[in-house]
Amino acid sequence: MNPVLLVRYGEIGLKGRNRPQFEQALLRQIRRALGAWPGTAVYRTPGRVWVEPPAGTDPEPLLEALQRVFGIVAVSPAERVDLDLEAIAAGARRVLEAALEDRPGGGGPAGGPVTFKVEARRSNKRFPLTSLDLNRELGARLLAAHPELKVDVQRPQVTVHVEVRHDGAYVYARSVPGPGGLPVGVTGRACVLLSGGIDSPVAVWMAMKRGLRPICVHFHSPPFTSERAREKVVDLTRVLARWGGPLALWVVHFTEVQRAIQLDCPPELTITLMRRMMFRLAERIAARERALALVTGESLGQVASQTLESIRTISAVTTLPVLRPLIGLDKTEIVERARAIGTYDISVLPYEDCCTLFVPAHPATRPRPEQAEAAEAVRDWEPLLADALERSERLVVEPAAAPWP
Amino acid sequence: MVTQPAPGTSPGVYLDNAATTRARPEVVAAVVEALQDRFGNPASIHTAGLEAERLVKEARAVLARALDVPAEDLYFTSGGTEANNWALRGVLAAHSRRGRHLVTTAIEHSSILTTARRLEEEGYRVTIVPVDARGQVDPDRVAAAVEDDTVLVSVMLVNNEIGSIQPVEDVVRAVRRRRPEVLVHVDAVQAFGKLPVRPRAWGVDLVTLSAHKIHGPKGTGALYVRRGVRIQPLLTGGEQEGGLRPGTHNVPGIAGFGVAARLILQEQPGLSQRMQALKLRLVERVRAEVPDVDVNGPDPADGAPHIVNLSVVGARGEVLVHALAQRGVYVSTGSACTSRRTAPSHVLQALGLPPERLDSALRISLSRETTEDDVERFVAALREAAAEVRAVAAARARR
Repeated sequence: MNPVLLVRYGEIGLKGRNRPQFEQALLRQIRRALGAWPGTAVYRTPGRVWVEPPAGTDPEPLLEALQRVFGIVAVSPAERVDLDLEAIAAGARRVLEAALEDRPGGGGPAGGPVTFKVEARRSNKRFPLTSLDLNRELGARLLAAHPELKVDVQRPQVTVHVEVRHDGAYVYARSVPGPGGLPVGVTGRACVLLSGGIDSPVAVWMAMKRGLRPICVHFHSPPFTSERAREKVVDLTRVLARWGGPLALWVVHFTEVQRAIQLDCPPELTITLMRRMMFRLAERIAARERALALVTGESLGQVASQTLESIRTISAVTTLPVLRPLIGLDKTEIVERARAIGTYDISVLPYEDCCTLFVPAHPATRPRPEQAEAAEAVRDWEPLLADALERSERLVVEPAAAPWP
Repeated sequence: MVTQPAPGTSPGVYLDNAATTRARPEVVAAVVEALQDRFGNPASIHTAGLEAERLVKEARAVLARALDVPAEDLYFTSGGTEANNWALRGVLAAHSRRGRHLVTTAIEHSSILTTARRLEEEGYRVTIVPVDARGQVDPDRVAAAVEDDTVLVSVMLVNNEIGSIQPVEDVVRAVRRRRPEVLVHVDAVQAFGKLPVRPRAWGVDLVTLSAHKIHGPKGTGALYVRRGVRIQPLLTGGEQEGGLRPGTHNVPGIAGFGVAARLILQEQPGLSQRMQALKLRLVERVRAEVPDVDVNGPDPADGAPHIVNLSVVGARGEVLVHALAQRGVYVSTGSACTSRRTAPSHVLQALGLPPERLDSALRISLSRETTEDDVERFVAALREAAAEVRAVAAARARR
């Protein structure tokens, strides 16, 4: 009895000519996620990826690691048995019984018996029984062993899958959902503005979910923001890297730009101008990093800088598309996701970032682009922006170790 | 990218000695010896165990001489926080028939105040006595808070944020006049090694000490419990420390504590006089060089020799700390245990300071390593940092 994990991917199976590229990316990401288990074979058959750890490996931690690989729709721990009806039937019975044990509460619909079906798939056409034969034969045997159950081919509560391949048959009944989405990197690269707050790490995650390779950009203004605030962003990036491997993080030295805004510009516009400068710097980093978009954690109307007017005035400084994956979410939904991702507890640590420290008493809620341009006209920003970029650091942040089970 | 020189790796000016101090070389040697050579378990009956036991015994003897108490009345703990927790919980639990009331002050360390609040949730009654604008508690107000069922009064000797010195002897006298059986605990973590601590002369029943504020190792402290005072252990287990504080002795920490205490007491009273003079000079130089600076808490001439608290009005303390760190100068906004919270310090609030002084407070704390040159470099760095931070703050306020 050898444990095998069967990985299913939905969306990327549909992508016509790009399909081989998507599948290669998925395999790469799976191998990366399973780096802690050397000797694990990862290979694919049409529409499926198979993961075979060395004999005797506990499959549960691998299952957990695979739940952080975008592109995976579901993972099933399967059992490989010999190409022989008796062996297949015994295996089917084992996985059925394991699935019944896993069911809390037990009973079937309306207090009746628990329902099941067998779903066979035969890619090895030399196997004497067809899929339909197998469904019937195995169904009958399982029912004979468990007369308390009932077959329901329309809406079964337990489905026993059998895949007949050349090297053996694979049986499974349990399925764990994956995160969905697309493998990281397949849709391109984007610069994500990462503060220490709750929202932007979720935006990074959502960008990754849609296959983007994020280049994180953080703005650091010592002494107005602390070294611990910077450390916190590194820690957030470490958590996010668990979903896609090592992540690039730019820490931009923003102090002089920040100071110039505070000293030379109208206080009600400081947030708007700060965001415009951040976008300009992120655009320059995007050019160096071959990134084609900016991503932010903005959600409409949450704070003064996120009114539609603000968003327009801020985005006006860049020609890159600005993606805002949280635009349709409420704060509570964002918090919920941040908790699930594991960034929430780090985000709520109370170290100030640029945004919280420099908030004026009465920020303009409807700044117009002309206003911002007039306010910026008081000085030449180019040397400050060039200097900020010059004094930036580019880190490559390795994933945080998985929490001990 | 501005990188901050860390203390020890560059000639920084470390003025955060109330948070913790650098271990002195003799302490490091004692710790290494205990880890490497005399590494036995004092509870073992063979020679190696005996050698380790001797280290613990020597350290206990040093502390006993320092406090002028019998060595058997000292119990080693994992630090000041454990000792404070134990004093409160252990004494209240052992006197549940006498009463369920605790009296303490508004400026105690969080290991006292948080424990007191927790005890309150558990059904005890707690009275917290306020302090005056200089951070001093009035002995008569403490005595007035004592009731029929009061078991324990806990008062710190030196406050860790503002350096105010409490009149412990007067507090004990006033309390005993009201009810002689009430026990008194003194948190002497910041006082030990800087001021005389005399529990027997003062009539104090329990005293908390910590090693890392006097150039000893972190994770080591002690509680003095006068013989005859009933106290329940926090932990249960082996027979160490008379069964009152079970657990294998932290021999390296304890050995280092003993050496640190012996050496710092040898340097007294000269050391405190030197620190006091440096502190007064620092305040004077800051007043001369940096406009609009206020001293919080006691008059510098009256406070503990190593702690002074200043408000640089118009600059946020937190930002100033970072701006000073960029210049290689290390100070703190409040006590290090609470300074990561954004809420203003409970000690400064207890003084009734206005918000602009709460937000702009800095704690500067000296040690035996502090020099006149450090003071000058601090003043120069503060002048620059205050100007830098105030300029930005003023620009915001201007329009």
